[in-house]
Amino acid sequence: MQLVAPETVTFTKSGFCPGCGHGLAVRLIAETVEKMALNEKLITVVDVACGSLNINSWKFDTIMAAHGRPIPTAVGVKKVRPQNPVLAYIGDGAAYAIGMAEMMHVGIRNDNIITIVINNSLFGMTGGQCAPTSLPGQVTTSTPHGKNAEKWGMPFQIEKAFSGLEIAYLARGSLADAKGMNISKKYIEKAFEKHMNGEGFCLVELLSPCPTNLNMSPVKCAQRINEEMLRYFPLGEFKM
Amino acid sequence: MKAKEKVYTDVARCKGCGYCIQACPKQAVTVSDHINENGYNVIQVDENNCIACGICYRVCPDYVFEIR
Repeated sequence: MQLVAPETVTFTKSGFCPGCGHGLAVRLIAETVEKMALNEKLITVVDVACGSLNINSWKFDTIMAAHGRPIPTAVGVKKVRPQNPVLAYIGDGAAYAIGMAEMMHVGIRNDNIITIVINNSLFGMTGGQCAPTSLPGQVTTSTPHGKNAEKWGMPFQIEKAFSGLEIAYLARGSLADAKGMNISKKYIEKAFEKHMNGEGFCLVELLSPCPTNLNMSPVKCAQRINEEMLRYFPLGEFKM
Repeated sequence: MKAKEKVYTDVARCKGCGYCIQACPKQAVTVSDHINENGYNVIQVDENNCIACGICYRVCPDYVFEIR
């Protein structure tokens, strides 16, 4: 079996930190897009965050939205370019904190866009602050003594918030190991298929390592996903 | 007969994260002494042990590996 990463992502080097999960997610998206022959059609919307580094390191047409608002921007793009697949690429901070209002309303309306959420359990680019997805006891730059879940709440699970809404697809995969990546790729492929069929809002959350802000080696950070994050973020398909 | 597939590496892309070293089922990937132009201590592959399974391709966030 030949395995060569698509030219849409290998033409230059990325600016991500060593061991960052963005590179993995980007390759899974690029492989799916190449397989479905959408390289020239896909329009992506990135956030003002680590994911924005993609603006120079993938070849898809890309718009950078206002901070935390790639979802409403993607909805707007889809309305004026209904023939093009549209993908919002955001982190957990944009998805579940800064852009939470837009996230809920896109779910209520079931707008036909794909959203990929990279969940690394903190705010990455701003320096590793506590996010709604941070784990109880997690040390971040804004919770130096560990996150107090009684004060700041338990890690936010999007499948619970969307349980009563009729969206097209909702799944959570992991980027911790090869097995998790193979399953995550299937989720991304399914989201693209449903999006191309016009079924509605497709959200895939990917649990991702952030070794820089968690002050861990990349390998240990990937192990943390399997040992700690999975306790609060179950994997699987929740709406299909 | 089809030629046997091999692993090819572009270590100029490598950032030394070590995911491939951890994932390789044959322990064919190790850290080398070479430092690339970005200052990272890069990996090397022992082709005698490599079975071209592709797990390094799957776990690498910087697209260092190709199996072809």
